Formats: sequence, structure tokens, C-alpha cells
Amino acid sequence: MKSSVKSRKFINKFFKYFGVLVFFTTFSVAKAEHEPTHEAVSEHQAKAEGKFKPGEMIFDHIKDGHDWHLWDYNGHPVSISLPVIIYSSNKGVECFSSSHFEHGHASHNGYKLVDKKIVAEDGHKFYDLSITKNVASMLLGVFLLLIAVFYAAARYKKNSGKLYGVQSFLEPVILFIRDDVAKPSIGEKRYARFMPFLLTVFFFILINNLMGLIPIFPGGANVTGNIAVTMVLAVIVFIITTFSTNGGYWKHIFLPPVPIPMYIIIVPIEILGVFLKPLVLMIRLFANITAGHIIILGFFSLIFIFGEMSKPLGYGVTVLSVAFNLAMNCLELLVAFLQAYVFTLLAAMYFGQAKVEHHHGEADHL
Amino acid sequence: MDLVTPGLGLVVWATVVFLTLLFILGKFAWKPILNALNEREQKITDSLELADRTRREMENIKADNEKMLKEASIERDKILKEAKEMRDSIVATAKKSADEEGRRMIAQAKDSIEKEKSAAMAELKNLSATIGVEIAEKILRKKLESNTEQDALIADYINHLNLN
Repeated sequence: MKSSVKSRKFINKFFKYFGVLVFFTTFSVAKAEHEPTHEAVSEHQAKAEGKFKPGEMIFDHIKDGHDWHLWDYNGHPVSISLPVIIYSSNKGVECFSSSHFEHGHASHNGYKLVDKKIVAEDGHKFYDLSITKNVASMLLGVFLLLIAVFYAAARYKKNSGKLYGVQSFLEPVILFIRDDVAKPSIGEKRYARFMPFLLTVFFFILINNLMGLIPIFPGGANVTGNIAVTMVLAVIVFIITTFSTNGGYWKHIFLPPVPIPMYIIIVPIEILGVFLKPLVLMIRLFANITAGHIIILGFFSLIFIFGEMSKPLGYGVTVLSVAFNLAMNCLELLVAFLQAYVFTLLAAMYFGQAKVEHHHGEADHL
Repeated sequence: MDLVTPGLGLVVWATVVFLTLLFILGKFAWKPILNALNEREQKITDSLELADRTRREMENIKADNEKMLKEASIERDKILKEAKEMRDSIVATAKKSADEEGRRMIAQAKDSIEKEKSAAMAELKNLSATIGVEIAEKILRKKLESNTEQDALIADYINHLNLN
């Protein structure tokens, strides 16, 4: 019991500092990548020439989009066009199908697609609230989740005592989150009010992770591997944590039980820690899921890269690539559950740490 | 790189969708599910407790039964023993009384036999005396039929008497 708490604290600390690292590296990457916009143009030209660009293909899949790409036919993409919703102060709400853009080849209502993003031709400010691929996939996932959970809830209301169908999957998971995540992290007394959030966030992440692993239409979007989604989840965790704090928590941050001179170092770190915790949640989920998608797509790209060299080589590599992807998908299946679990566990631990009881205060600092 | 730049639209949609999901599931699904689970666990705990209590009661009853059985068997043994003793004593008494009776009867028989015998002896004596006397009378009568013999006899008597 004690060792598990210790190891958890260690993991927590580890992610805290690791998070700082990731945070700064991401920023530097973000800066570096902002400059070459014409590179995308050259990639586009390359595609027109028929050359396979794995980078473009991979990012095309993991990034959000205004249409749901199904396959290419005769060099033309076949995709489901999704609704575009734009709000701007001068033109109000505009709503039209993304098919009007013709995959970036045409402009509509003064907007056009540049690098999968909507840009106003006259440069006026607007807000893009479109139902993108990720939004559509998320809605679908949530819809499935609602069906499953409500089905189970109806079974529970009948209280027959026998497990049936999806209920027999949900129950052990719910019990696991209650008994092994919420209770030890938050405590027997307070865990109950966090349960709805923990369960919702676990199943929300899980269903979207799993949907992302389905390679064909209803899945394949990269919802939980999108920084916007993970950011929203992390911010909600941050808000809940902050609103369930007590005096002990803030005392622990601003008046830690260390010698006064150490305050110069400890207090800024502690304050930074408050924001780093959710930031780490955001980055971990995003990075894990995106990395998984990139690796799987990378293996598939190998087929086409070698296929362009010589056809027999392409066929040969197919076998290898499929074998690798099989293993990779198994791993991703694990990761789908693991990341949902880790996110929920860490959220629960942050909630648990939000209320520092006095006699625990000093021990917690180590 | 817009991979790490959150898109506004997705932020808005994710917030709306997640909060709605949280609200709907929290209110209409998680609550009944968690309540049902708690209820079931409570029921299981109660049932286990009840089973434990019942088991203990059963054990008590069983112990009582065994005790009663033991007592009953002891009682039975005692009764049997008593009965046997009684029977033995009755038999012994009966035997004793029968013996005594027999002995008494034998004694009585002996007594009466003795009496009969002495009576018979007495009678026999009497009879033989009578017969002797009769025979002597007859003999005397025959012997003393003539006078000479009577005189000889008298003379003999007298001879004998004189000497005294």
C-alpha cells in the first residue's frame, strides 16, 4: 500500500519534470515549423506529379479536416463532405458543405482551403466552428457511448442482478475506476462526487481512442490525438481541481514546509506545478495517440515507398508491414486502454491532492 | 506546426460535447449505475452477514441437538440398566421364593412321610403283637389241651418259683 503510493508519487513527479521538457521542446518545434509554408505547396505539386509523400499522407490522416477522406479513386479523393460553420462579425453565421471547396481547388463565399484550413480571401477575422472530421468522429463516438451506457443503465435499473451484453464489459471497468482509481487516490470520503467525471472522461477517451484505431470510415479520425481535445479535457480537470481545493493545498504551495530561503526555488516550482499537472495530461494523451497513428501509418507508407522503387519489393514489404502493423495495433489497443486509465488516474490523483489535510501536509511534500 | 495548435472550432465542440456528455451521463446513467452497484454490494454484504448468522444459529441448534441426543441416549441407557436390574432382582426374588417354597414343600413331604411311616410302624407293631398273642394263645391252647401237660407246666413253674 505504502510502496504503491510512493511509486505513484514518483510517477507523478517524473511526469511533472518530463512535462516541462516536453513543453519546451514542443514550443521550439512549433516555432521552427511555422516558417516554411511553401514546403506544403511543393508537397502538393509533388503529389500532382504522382510521387508518394509519406509525410503528407500521415499528416493528412492525423490532422483535422473538413472532409472525411475515404479513399482515392483515379487520383481523386473520395470523401464525405462535412458541414462548414463560420461566424464572423460582419457576415454573421455562414453554413455550407465543405464540398464547395473541392478539396482546396475552389473558393466559396470568399473562403478557401489552404493546407486543410479555411482562410478568408479578403483576410477578415472569422471563427471556424465547422463540424470537422474530429468533431464528427467525436459525436459518433459519444453517440455510441451514450447507447452503450444507457443500455447498461437500463439493465441496472431493472436490477436483475445478472450481467448481460455491454453491461458485463462496463461493470468491471466501472468497479475498477471506483475501487482502484477513485477510492485510493481521492479517499473513501470524497471520491463519490468525482465519480461521474472520472467515468465520463475514461469512457470518452477510451471510445475515441478505439474509434481512432479503426482504419476505415466510421473510425480513423485522430480525436484524442488532437491537442484541442486533450486541452479541453485537461482544462476541465484543472478547473475541477482548483474548485475543490482547500486552504491546506494553497498553504502547501505558498508556504511549503521547508526553510524560508528555499522558498525562492520551491514556491515558483510549486506554482508552475499547478499548471504543469494539467498540461502534462494534455500532452501525454495527445502525444501517445498521435505517435501510435504515425507509427501505424508509417509502416503502411513503407509499402508505397518500396512499391515505387519496384513492384515486387512493394509486395514483399507488404507482408512485413502488415505483420508489423498487426503487432502495432495490438500495442495500440493496449495504449487505448492504458492512456484512458492513466488520464483518469492522474486526474483522480490531482483531485485527491486538491484537499491537503494538515497531518498529511509534510509527508506529501516528499 | 498546426499539429500542436489547438483549433478553435474543435475546442468549442469538444467542450460542448464533453460537458453535455458529462451532464447527461452523470445525471441519467452513472448515478443509477453506481447506486445499483452500491445497492448490490450492500445486499451481498447483508446476505453474507445473514448467512453467517444463520450458520452460527444452525451450529448452535446442531450442538443443542447433539446435546439432547447425548442426554437422551444416557437416559435410555439408564432406563435400560434400571430395567435390567429390576428384572434381575425380580428373577432373583422369584427364584429365592421358589426355592424356599420347594424346600418347605419337601420338608413338609418328608415330615408327613415320617409321620406316616411311624404310624405304619406302630400299626405294624400292634398288628404283630396281636398276631403273636393270637399265635401264642393258639399254641398254648393246643399245648394245654391235656391235663398232664398242664400239670407238668405248673410243676415247672413251681420249681422255678421255689428257688427264689
